[in-house]
Amino acid sequence: MQSSALSRYIGLIPSSVMIGAFFVIPFVLILLTSVSTPTDDGGYATGFDLQHFERFLTWFYIERALFSAGLCALIAVLSLLIAYPFTYFLTTFPPRSQTFWLIYILAQLSLSEVLIAFSWQILLSRTAGVANILVWIGVIEKSFAMTPSAGAVVAALVYLTVPFSVLLLFPALSRLDKSLIEASRTLGASPLRTFFTVIIPVTRPAIISGGVTVFVLTLGAIIVPQVLGKPEHWTLSVLITDQAIFNFNMPFASALAVVLLVLSATVIWLVTKFSGKKT
Amino acid sequence: MRALRSIYLALFALYLIGPILVIAAVSFNAKKFLAFPPRGFSFRWYAEVFVANDWFTALKNSLFIAFASASLSVLIAMPVAYFAWRYGLRYAKALLALGVAPFILPPVIMALAFLLFFTGIGLNGLMINVIIAHAVFLLALPLVTISLGLESVDHALIEASQTMGASNAVVFRTVILPIAAPFAFAGFAFCFVLSLNEYIIALMTVGFSVETLPIKIFNALRYGYTPVIASIAVIFMVINIVIFALIARFSNLARILGAME
Repeated sequence: MQSSALSRYIGLIPSSVMIGAFFVIPFVLILLTSVSTPTDDGGYATGFDLQHFERFLTWFYIERALFSAGLCALIAVLSLLIAYPFTYFLTTFPPRSQTFWLIYILAQLSLSEVLIAFSWQILLSRTAGVANILVWIGVIEKSFAMTPSAGAVVAALVYLTVPFSVLLLFPALSRLDKSLIEASRTLGASPLRTFFTVIIPVTRPAIISGGVTVFVLTLGAIIVPQVLGKPEHWTLSVLITDQAIFNFNMPFASALAVVLLVLSATVIWLVTKFSGKKT
Repeated sequence: MRALRSIYLALFALYLIGPILVIAAVSFNAKKFLAFPPRGFSFRWYAEVFVANDWFTALKNSLFIAFASASLSVLIAMPVAYFAWRYGLRYAKALLALGVAPFILPPVIMALAFLLFFTGIGLNGLMINVIIAHAVFLLALPLVTISLGLESVDHALIEASQTMGASNAVVFRTVILPIAAPFAFAGFAFCFVLSLNEYIIALMTVGFSVETLPIKIFNALRYGYTPVIASIAVIFMVINIVIFALIARFSNLARILGAME
């Protein structure tokens, strides 16, 4: 018995090494680098120096962080609003078309953010965009480019996150006890009233956790704000990439990454605490 | 009410599928510039992906990295999910929670972590770096799907086979593996697809030495547009659809996505 208990741990060694070496160590490196001290030759060394966080505490970066949080909250709300009714209808579809839609939604969800940004750039461009359709039906006279703009960033980010929202709401809605709906209908509630007073309250935990997930997901978007927006629409993730790849400022990029980490963790914590109290 | 439902569903489908259709239309353009409605019809931009050396190399890189990292990811996830489920080992459960974490964080954080790590150990820009990085970043997917698959194994079945004298290895091979394999395949396929489409981690681990398709596309975007990108978008969409259709065919998609049996 003793030897078999030991063999269980031996079986876990390779996985432990992989997770330890390639997740835990790199992750700790970010924390260490964010408080490293600069050396004379322009590099950085281990130490405890908060200057990179002090640099973050200027209005420019605080404004960027607030903008990122606000944008992500907006996207989470819009994305759930658009996805919720669809997901509800999806659970009432026959199994075959349900599978068809799930496959399509997974395929779109997996599509590279680079390709989605490209698609929306085309879609909103002067030469090949929807503006041409508006010209064709006579709404406007001349085609025009709709990028870069805040509207383009929002439209593409919602597009990017709607498939996630559908999949995040899907389990709760498909497990929804259909007899609740029947009961409400038998008691004389209209379909709309049933929707708002029965279906939405029952699935509230999924709505909240879905919203948080979409928020964190949008925080991670890098290409859409860069390609479809102006620099004033850049989010923290874009700034981190910019610092790491183009300015080679690893300590400051790490400090920004820690801020991003704290921001995501705070939102997750606040919302689970807030929603935990009420249910 | 019914009309409202139909209008909403039509608008939703248009929002979701519309952009893909426009890209598909652009990709069949005969001219070098992007135009919609398309001028002429041709497959030349699809041929270009396979004929132009740089695009084809990027495609091969991407496919190889996706295959290798998905395989590695399943290999790492399998023992963790198995020992956590079979023996309820607290250590395995902690490892499982740790393995899911990278996927929850904004990807740029892990990308930067890998960049610091690989430059730190002095091995920058090797293809193996991005393979390991993707395997660890996407580890949550096989961990979750394999755990789901194992949950559907009936413990009575295991006890029965043990009473009949089967060793642990035989139980694993004849009882557990056949039930868990489709879910392991689903985890592999999810990993494969997401690795294929992943940009920022690939950029920060091998961006300056190995070009994957998403990196190449982003670089190409800066020098103006080519319909080749549109044809790649269509090819990727088709690959994604085929792989998820395979999962739906050989595994239980609705169950993996959290619906009840």
